[in-house]
Amino acid sequence: MAEEEVKFKVTIDGIPVEVAPGTTILNAARQIGGDIVPPAMCYYSKLEGSGGKCRTCLVKVAKGSEKDPRPMPKLVASCRTTVMDGMEVHNITSPEVIEARRGVVEFLLINHPLDCPVCDQAGECKLQDLSYEHGLEQTRFEFSKRTFERIDIGGKIQLHMNRCILCYRCVYVANQLTDNREHGIIGRGIHSEISTYIEKALDSDFIGNVIDVCPVGALTDRTFRFKNRVWFTKPVNAHRDCPTCSGKVTLWYKGEDVLRVTGRKDEFGEVEEFICDTCRFETKSTADWILEEPAPIDHESVIAANHYYEFNLPPVIQENKKLQLANEEQLARTERLK
Amino acid sequence: MGRKLLLEHINVPGIQTFEVYRQKGGYRAVEKALKSMSPDDVVEEVKKSGLRGRGGAGFPTGMKWSFLAKPEGVPRYLVCNGDESEPGTFKDRYLMTHIPHALIEGMIVSSYALGANTSYIYVRGEMMPQIRILEKAIAEAKAAGFLGKDILGTGYDLELYVQPGGGAYICGEETALLESLEGKRGNPRIKPPFPAVAGLYGCPTVVNNVESIAATVPIVNDGGEEYAKIGIERSTGTKLISASGNINKPGVYEIELGVPVEEFIYSDEYCGGIANGKRLKALVAGGSSVPILPANLISTTIKGEPRLMTYESLADGGFQTGTMMGSGGFIVFDEDQCIVRNTWNFTRFYSHESCGQCSPCREGTGWMENVLYNIETGQGSMEDIDLLWDIQRNIEGNTICPLGDAAAWPVAAAIRHFRDEFEWHITHRDESQQRNYGLAHYADPLEYA
Repeated sequence: MAEEEVKFKVTIDGIPVEVAPGTTILNAARQIGGDIVPPAMCYYSKLEGSGGKCRTCLVKVAKGSEKDPRPMPKLVASCRTTVMDGMEVHNITSPEVIEARRGVVEFLLINHPLDCPVCDQAGECKLQDLSYEHGLEQTRFEFSKRTFERIDIGGKIQLHMNRCILCYRCVYVANQLTDNREHGIIGRGIHSEISTYIEKALDSDFIGNVIDVCPVGALTDRTFRFKNRVWFTKPVNAHRDCPTCSGKVTLWYKGEDVLRVTGRKDEFGEVEEFICDTCRFETKSTADWILEEPAPIDHESVIAANHYYEFNLPPVIQENKKLQLANEEQLARTERLK
Repeated sequence: MGRKLLLEHINVPGIQTFEVYRQKGGYRAVEKALKSMSPDDVVEEVKKSGLRGRGGAGFPTGMKWSFLAKPEGVPRYLVCNGDESEPGTFKDRYLMTHIPHALIEGMIVSSYALGANTSYIYVRGEMMPQIRILEKAIAEAKAAGFLGKDILGTGYDLELYVQPGGGAYICGEETALLESLEGKRGNPRIKPPFPAVAGLYGCPTVVNNVESIAATVPIVNDGGEEYAKIGIERSTGTKLISASGNINKPGVYEIELGVPVEEFIYSDEYCGGIANGKRLKALVAGGSSVPILPANLISTTIKGEPRLMTYESLADGGFQTGTMMGSGGFIVFDEDQCIVRNTWNFTRFYSHESCGQCSPCREGTGWMENVLYNIETGQGSMEDIDLLWDIQRNIEGNTICPLGDAAAWPVAAAIRHFRDEFEWHITHRDESQQRNYGLAHYADPLEYA
């Protein structure tokens, strides 16, 4: 006889949800979805140990659990606090949380260069979204910002430390996806920087994923640098038979050219699967890929302004029978699986 | 004279050595605990004593010990926190320098109570002389059979190690200390899990202050109830206070908890009054992170009761009109001291020592330092005071570890009690460069309630 699975009942902003024990408040909120999901700049569900650092996901626990209904004295980081049965959480319904979040966003922005007009990340930047929602209209910081030199990490990735918010995601990627690495933060406090340890991890096949996990424009793809604004490009999901990774990617088209390749991102901005550097940097022609469908984009995103869902097969495919056939087969398979 | 438990034999020549310490009744607690008491008995005595953590937070030590998880087959650790780096606090250094065996003895007794067979003393990296003293003391104790395998024939094994710290204030935070002890970057961990469940190397761990551990020796010797007779209510026993600032006799004093603050400052037994016949302006009662108190709130609480050196009395009135016992770093300011400059100095320290892991502390401490520097050097504006207030409020309580709070509290208290002095720095830019404000016209302390 199968034992019945234990589920904890949690209420987030008045919406009840049942989740498995050990789930964090953030993931419980993600199961509900919508506006009540706390923003997360540093937490990344695929990276072990991430989270707790940026403090944007702070929530108020108004009732600890059914057994111990006392509220938690401070706001807690929802990405690292596990739910208890009967817990009541206030996120956007708590003025205290909104105010704390506003404070955190202000802190994240004081040393950020705000160079969005020349930043490749603009348009898909988490910090932009966050400041749009919670930021002040003008800065109260009247001092010179901390600055660093740009560092090229190999031929493909550029580290722009000024924009970094020290979420440690890239450190975890380098730790967990590549070998022989300790950590990549040197310095302390405001002078902390992601540093040379990453340069040493260059040989790895997966280091390119630091670009995808970076919530801001601190780590950018040099092969895409200044090529285009993301909202002029059209994302298309595609795959290929890759010996090192799953080969499931998103291609970003401008006209007929693939300008860049990234992992497929879900609605919370996290990649579904990490991809290898060959897929990311080396295979930038449509002929390398089997196209699937336009990548789903949140309708509020600036990228969605392109009406790319009326995606027409690029002429390359239209002319090539073989590719056309492969595409049709793949689409049919995808349809069946749905 | 108050009773002295820790520093009773401090003036005996050669008390640093094992022989003299033993002659003066040292290591009786080890014999008593290991031979006639069970580990649970020792924990019970510490609980009865009401001993509260001497590192700053004042959490009851016995209760902390009873939270220690005891899964089968997993080692447990005791770690002594000797990373004393709070500005104004130097009591642990004094204890470790002059009477190291008190700490070693306490470590043996406490490790026995917790069932730890390996214990560490994490000492601040800058204190190399103290590290050598402790290592010598451990070697002596080991030679005498009080450490190592089968201590005193009781079958209890204990290895004790001294670990020099990484030279960072943040490593005094217990989880950062554990990270540092494991050889990693000293970043505080996100709690839960608490060290009592998963601490050093993922095993249950208790982290205690040097003084708390040394205090277990008299508790075992005389019994917890006897210890609890000293002091007032929930503040039991004696406490080391490191007094500094504008007083006639700065130094480390052991007081029975419950001595009036006024007596502590003015009596010849302790600080001996304000130096050079000046008047008292302000007091930081427990290390740089606790709220500063203006003169009118030092001797008496807001209710008019005399303020005593106890955890409760110092905290009376909350942060509006009270402060905290903290780590016992007692800093006295006379009328010539500038509160703005002092606040800037403290903030500079916290900004320098922030680990940079979480955003409010990393960005906020540096920002506060910049704003305070502007005010101090005559470049501030009135809005800056409100800005400071906003920044500290956004830091407080929103960080991973208490360093954010420690950075926010002194700024909040300085503005709360000495706002007029901040304003004077802005309205009298040139004058403020040449002379200090003197005694403040104390702002209504309840303005921000």
